[in-house]
Amino acid sequence: MSPTNRTVVVTGIGATTPLGGDSASTWEGLLAGRSGVKPLESERFAELPVRIAALAAVDPADVLPRPLARKLDRSAQFALIAAREAWADAGYKAKAGEDENIAPERLGTVIASGIGGVTTLLDQYDVLKEKGARRVSPHTVPMLMPNGPSANVGLEVNAQAGVHTPVSACASGAEAIGYAVEMIRTGRADVVVAGGTEAAIHPLPVAAFANMMAMSKNNDEPTKASRPYDKGRDGFVLGEGAGVVVLESAEHAEARGARVYCEVLGQGLSADSHHIAQPEPTGRGVAAAMRNLLDNTGVKPSEIVHLNAHATSTPQGDVAEIKALRRVLGEDLDHVAVSGTKSMTGHLLGGAGGIETVATVLALHHRLAPPTINLDELDEEVDADVVRGEARALPEGTISAINNSFGFGGHNVVLAFRSV
Amino acid sequence: MAATQEEIVNGLAEIVNEIAGIPVEDVQLDKSFTDDLDVDSLSMVEVVVAAEERFDVKIPDDDVKNLKTVGDAADYIAKHQV
Repeated sequence: MSPTNRTVVVTGIGATTPLGGDSASTWEGLLAGRSGVKPLESERFAELPVRIAALAAVDPADVLPRPLARKLDRSAQFALIAAREAWADAGYKAKAGEDENIAPERLGTVIASGIGGVTTLLDQYDVLKEKGARRVSPHTVPMLMPNGPSANVGLEVNAQAGVHTPVSACASGAEAIGYAVEMIRTGRADVVVAGGTEAAIHPLPVAAFANMMAMSKNNDEPTKASRPYDKGRDGFVLGEGAGVVVLESAEHAEARGARVYCEVLGQGLSADSHHIAQPEPTGRGVAAAMRNLLDNTGVKPSEIVHLNAHATSTPQGDVAEIKALRRVLGEDLDHVAVSGTKSMTGHLLGGAGGIETVATVLALHHRLAPPTINLDELDEEVDADVVRGEARALPEGTISAINNSFGFGGHNVVLAFRSV
Repeated sequence: MAATQEEIVNGLAEIVNEIAGIPVEDVQLDKSFTDDLDVDSLSMVEVVVAAEERFDVKIPDDDVKNLKTVGDAADYIAKHQV
């Protein structure tokens, strides 16, 4: 088999999200239909039009040793915790080289963030203004740089094949997974730790997103605020956390006897070239990404039974996504169980593609599609089979699932996975 | 009033504990910040700034490179504190 045709599989998963501090508790929360959205009670949010967010269930600074935590931006803390879980879950006992099953020069990381170390940047600016230049932390630059999470995970596992950080706003995490698949396909690496992370719950980003009219202002009912496909949806709810997977060539996984969750078939990409922040209303770009996915990966529309949708709960975006899929898949969209998991986790921006990949992998592995909560009245423009109420069983046999992520800037990323 | 050498070493031990997580009892005069106490060049800047504040002393960047051990730092602070 030539390097470009190598099969890529998922051998490890890890997450820390608004629903739980690891992937098991997150999955349990998703199946139970639990909302992770809470009021922002800190005084510094008091004057903002949006005072809700999906805060991480477990504070990452409480999980990591203090000397390490204080040198890492919160986004890197999340990434490191999720990566450690995924690495151990994949069966690796130590960093590359020490664990003889993987050589450092055959291991890479691709961990993305949409915004990078924004809380570090803003907090250190406060230090500069209030206490002076001498007091600005010497760790500020490595903490705020967007490649920090990927680099810190790379240090943790001793990755020497390449450490990368694609940035495409809310598509970043999905683009990271796609980039990792390409690293393995092209023979640059045998194993890649990949995913997305975000930690942007700070008054400045919240005020800025709110002023774009992109966020839900349902401050009175936080758990009801994120409601993809519902007629009453009024914008997304910001979330934080990370989702990371260990991707591996099938030969490499087989040679070391690793447990395989599913296959990653690859990605379909496109760009809208329409507006810097508005989704293209007809879904032209999304449809192009979906067609590219079908062409690139050979996934058959007849085998797709589950979609983890982008579905952020914005009036325009949720509908455009479904219209685009209907256009490409036609009647084959009828047998796709659509889950809008942002109804529970909120929108993790660059972390979304990471945790939704974890959710999609687990959906195939357990053959269960999580519900979309708060869907009281389906928007009649949403012509798709949205999973409501409770989780739904997926069919036996060989099945595939897709995961969509779109970002400000017009970035469209569609990933496909197949059961094993 | 100027701090005694014992107070300076105890203070440095607390700072190193806060920044690098090293137990205070392991922070001894002969210990190297880099080799023994897990204080890299970036964290050393934090140690210096914290020491400046605690002991009311200025440690210019050019002098920081001469502070290899806890003893070097304690001597410097004792000599330069106001």
